[in-house]
Amino acid sequence: MAAARAWAGYGGARVDAELVVRIWRGRESGEFATYRVPRRESQTVLDVVTWIQRNLEPSLAYRYACRVGMCGSCAMSVNGVARWTCRTHVSKVARDGELEIAPLANLPVIRDLATDMSGFFDKWARARGRFSGAATRRDGFARVDPASSARRAADAGIECIGCGVCYASCDVVAWRPAFLGPAALNRAWTLVNDERDTAGAERLRAVAGDAGCHACHTQGSCSERCPKGIEPTAGIAGLKRLVARAAIRGKL
Amino acid sequence: MRPAIDFRARAHPAWWAFLVHRLSGLALAAFLPLHFWALGRALEGEAALDAFLRFADQPLVKAAEWGLVVLLALHAAGGVRLLVIEFGAWSGLRKDLVAATAGFGVLAGLAFALALIG
Repeated sequence: MAAARAWAGYGGARVDAELVVRIWRGRESGEFATYRVPRRESQTVLDVVTWIQRNLEPSLAYRYACRVGMCGSCAMSVNGVARWTCRTHVSKVARDGELEIAPLANLPVIRDLATDMSGFFDKWARARGRFSGAATRRDGFARVDPASSARRAADAGIECIGCGVCYASCDVVAWRPAFLGPAALNRAWTLVNDERDTAGAERLRAVAGDAGCHACHTQGSCSERCPKGIEPTAGIAGLKRLVARAAIRGKL
Repeated sequence: MRPAIDFRARAHPAWWAFLVHRLSGLALAAFLPLHFWALGRALEGEAALDAFLRFADQPLVKAAEWGLVVLLALHAAGGVRLLVIEFGAWSGLRKDLVAATAGFGVLAGLAFALALIG
């Protein structure tokens, strides 16, 4: 408890200013509630939400775990833009000392700032996002050339932490709810570039079609907002090429 | 109702490029029937086509034509950007090409305006 209390005041030295924070309370319907929070020097948005929960509104629901940008659980909409809140400094996003914090778009709200991410991860499964290998534990390590183009393509997308920021930024997901979304397609792209994987054709079938890579309008919001600097737009374009090539060769 | 994606999430160059491409495409598609109708005047003889061309020489029609040229330039350059993204060796959202698209649109617009004045 002492540690929790210490963190609730975390965010560096107190400065002589106040933040006006509007936070979504409720579920699909609800309203913004306004809170006043003391400003601190190196405060993150997650610090602000935690301060409110510990000091003003114990019933406020939100989600976080690692606080260092690894776990992907604290993403929220901050002043209209989806962000990982643990590594978003207030100084970067506050406008005139004001913050508007809402649950991620495109995901059902459980309560307040906590969203139900099961549909998001179901789509990873639907995009055949699971590795399938042929080797057993008695085989040696696969030797993958780190300089090969496939390995480099996989590298570019492999650091995804599953935070849902891209999914919540994507208009196509909003317009076409069956769309697999940038994260699931990025996962599929890293796997089709994994030379050990054996489910290539099946995966291309899973990501082809109206709900898959061809639905993307190349608006680039996923690539613009990904906190890890991944560019799902690239993977989606790559999947389109592979699907087209497989279709021409009659392998789809 | 809870907030949905709005203009704040869309405020970045790649989204603007999408919007310009979509709107210019729709506008050009809407213009196409008129274009074919104008060409169709020729089937009715020289006089019919000439009458239409004289109508098209009016300043207001010329101004509208300028708009069409700009739309076409933006749509064509935006299309090249999409082809590079879809088929090229990929790196980045090609914001350089978003800027080039806008630049090409401005250039074509200025060139056509010069031709109209000169």
